Amino acid sequence: MGGISLRRIGRALLVPALAVITALLIGAVVMLIFGDDPLAAYRGLFSGAFGNGRAWSTTIRKMTPLILTGLSVSVAFKAGLFNIGASGQFLIGTVFSVAVGVSFEGLPIYVHLPLALLAGILGGMLWGAIPGMLKVFTGAHEVIVTIMLNYVGALFAGWTVYAGGTQGQRPGPLWDPTAGAISETADVFPSAQLPWIFGPPYRVHWGVVLALLAAVLIWWLIFRTTVGFEMRTVGQNPRAARYAGMSVSRMVILAMVMAGGLAGLAGAIETLGLNHKFAPEFSGAVGFDGITVALLGQTNPFGVILAAFMLGALDAGAARMQFQSGVAADIIQVIQALVLAFVAAPAIIRQLFRLRRIPEQIEETTLRTSWGG
Amino acid sequence: MELVFFVNLFAAGIRSGTAILFASIGEIFAERAGVLNLGVEGMMLMGAMTAFGTAHATGNPWLGLLVAAVMGGLLALLHAFVTITLRADQVVSGLALTFVGTGLSAVLGAGLIEVRTAPRLPAFHIPLLADIPIVGPIFFQHNIIVYLGFLLAPLAWFYIYRTRPGLELRAIGEYPAAADVQGINVNAQRYLYVIAGGVLAGMGGAALSLAITPLWLEGMTAGQGWIAIGLVIFAGWNPLRAALGSYLFGAIRRLPLDLQILPIFLRNPTWGYFTNMLPYLFTIIVLVIGSREAMRKRMGSPAALGQPYAREERGA
Repeated sequence: MGGISLRRIGRALLVPALAVITALLIGAVVMLIFGDDPLAAYRGLFSGAFGNGRAWSTTIRKMTPLILTGLSVSVAFKAGLFNIGASGQFLIGTVFSVAVGVSFEGLPIYVHLPLALLAGILGGMLWGAIPGMLKVFTGAHEVIVTIMLNYVGALFAGWTVYAGGTQGQRPGPLWDPTAGAISETADVFPSAQLPWIFGPPYRVHWGVVLALLAAVLIWWLIFRTTVGFEMRTVGQNPRAARYAGMSVSRMVILAMVMAGGLAGLAGAIETLGLNHKFAPEFSGAVGFDGITVALLGQTNPFGVILAAFMLGALDAGAARMQFQSGVAADIIQVIQALVLAFVAAPAIIRQLFRLRRIPEQIEETTLRTSWGG
Repeated sequence: MELVFFVNLFAAGIRSGTAILFASIGEIFAERAGVLNLGVEGMMLMGAMTAFGTAHATGNPWLGLLVAAVMGGLLALLHAFVTITLRADQVVSGLALTFVGTGLSAVLGAGLIEVRTAPRLPAFHIPLLADIPIVGPIFFQHNIIVYLGFLLAPLAWFYIYRTRPGLELRAIGEYPAAADVQGINVNAQRYLYVIAGGVLAGMGGAALSLAITPLWLEGMTAGQGWIAIGLVIFAGWNPLRAALGSYLFGAIRRLPLDLQILPIFLRNPTWGYFTNMLPYLFTIIVLVIGSREAMRKRMGSPAALGQPYAREERGA
């Protein structure tokens, strides 16, 4: 980080900004090919994301978990790791926080709510620790392990709320008996719910503040503490880190545990703030979007906030866009995937716009990875 | 448990392992050439979607298979361009490819979900062989894509270990600088094998939607592309071992379906969640075993895997 200069910030923003613009342009071309009107679509998208108070609150609501999963992926990146498992960690965090939220009736909110949030963090940490340890002790690559754990986590989460069979077979441990044949948990007690900042119809809860605080905390941890310095050193040059007497193994595990905890917190916040329960159709897709957010935000916590805002706005505006212009909201998925592709391979953008290579110090997010090395 | 249970399980394992077989052999070619392609899942999904869509629109499943192969090859070409020519990080580029493939197949295939059936690739019994007890039902009563898989594995093995181009392929993945000195065009060959890998991954996807589970569903590969990548390490980059592993994984994927009709599973339906975890847990185990350093060396991981090759840096 070092000193902050506008010039440097401007340069750091250049590739991500061009990536988003290029993706939107390609999206427009796709719409034209299918005979849709991209201008109408993007006007609808904009009004759905920023058109009025409700639109803004939707954007904020969509942004909140993205900040946390984006931070999750970023922290792992800093240590040179790919956390593709934010989705599974999110779900395990959700399940853990719901488990606490539907138990312990009568606890005061200042005990119950933190407990439920912590449970979510803990669940995510556990799920993140597994690929970290396997990487350190066996060399199994975290990309495949985290992806496999996403599937395992989703099945586990599904099991906890399974409604049981018609002949009285055993249901999952978190299933709500009053839900009948529906597989879902009961609502968490009000003492475990995150209060609204703006109640319905806006439905903005305190989770967004928690997410922003987490970003500041992570920034401080990564750029202002010894642990953060060691983590970045391990990520940039593990050999140098080892020569300097740092424990690469410890940092790898720590980074994955932190990454898991952040994704777990995202799950807890979504549940305790918004859904108030868990059902199998709640997916951990925001975990995957965290990858886009992290790369778009150049793995810098403040960049992550910006990127999460950007992607949250795209998500928020999608429905309105479809309603106003008839363009399928799914196109937003493709645009987001293109954004990811362009920020993941900045070389494409540089080639496209004939940019000179950005000087070393700005590229500190450069990912040092080798398969199995 | 009866014999028929196992015969059915193995037969189903071979059938459902065929998609993983195509994908993993494709990945072996790419990785042997030194290029890791984590886009397999995305290429399979695009292959599955375009194959089903083409077969539905034209009535010709063979055309579907062809389109899937071309689609896989085109996506792999993107990866090749980004990683070989632009020398971007192979892991990131592959991941991006998977995400683009997943998203694009979901969007473009949205209209296909209502389509219940499309023409399938033909299935037939192999005369005489199919009548052998036990062996016949396991191996010789399948879809033609399964038989193609039987041929693919030994052919790929022969190509890699017994032919001149195969030797060159191994060289560019082991020691590209030496291969370059020998007059081999390293990057051109890498392009070729990455594209070949994509073609096979696309065909693997087509095997899914035209034969194994003949329909199109969003995300229908359910991680099989990733399983294929994990399997490559376990197979030591050897097509024959990859074939064996693919069929094994096919059987493990299939196992929950066969188990759930057993009385004890009918009484405990929640067990199904755990049996469904098996292929994923098994992939992790396989990866853990295959990834230990000594094991990797012995198994023959291509030394230059993951590293772009630039002539001016030769000798590094």
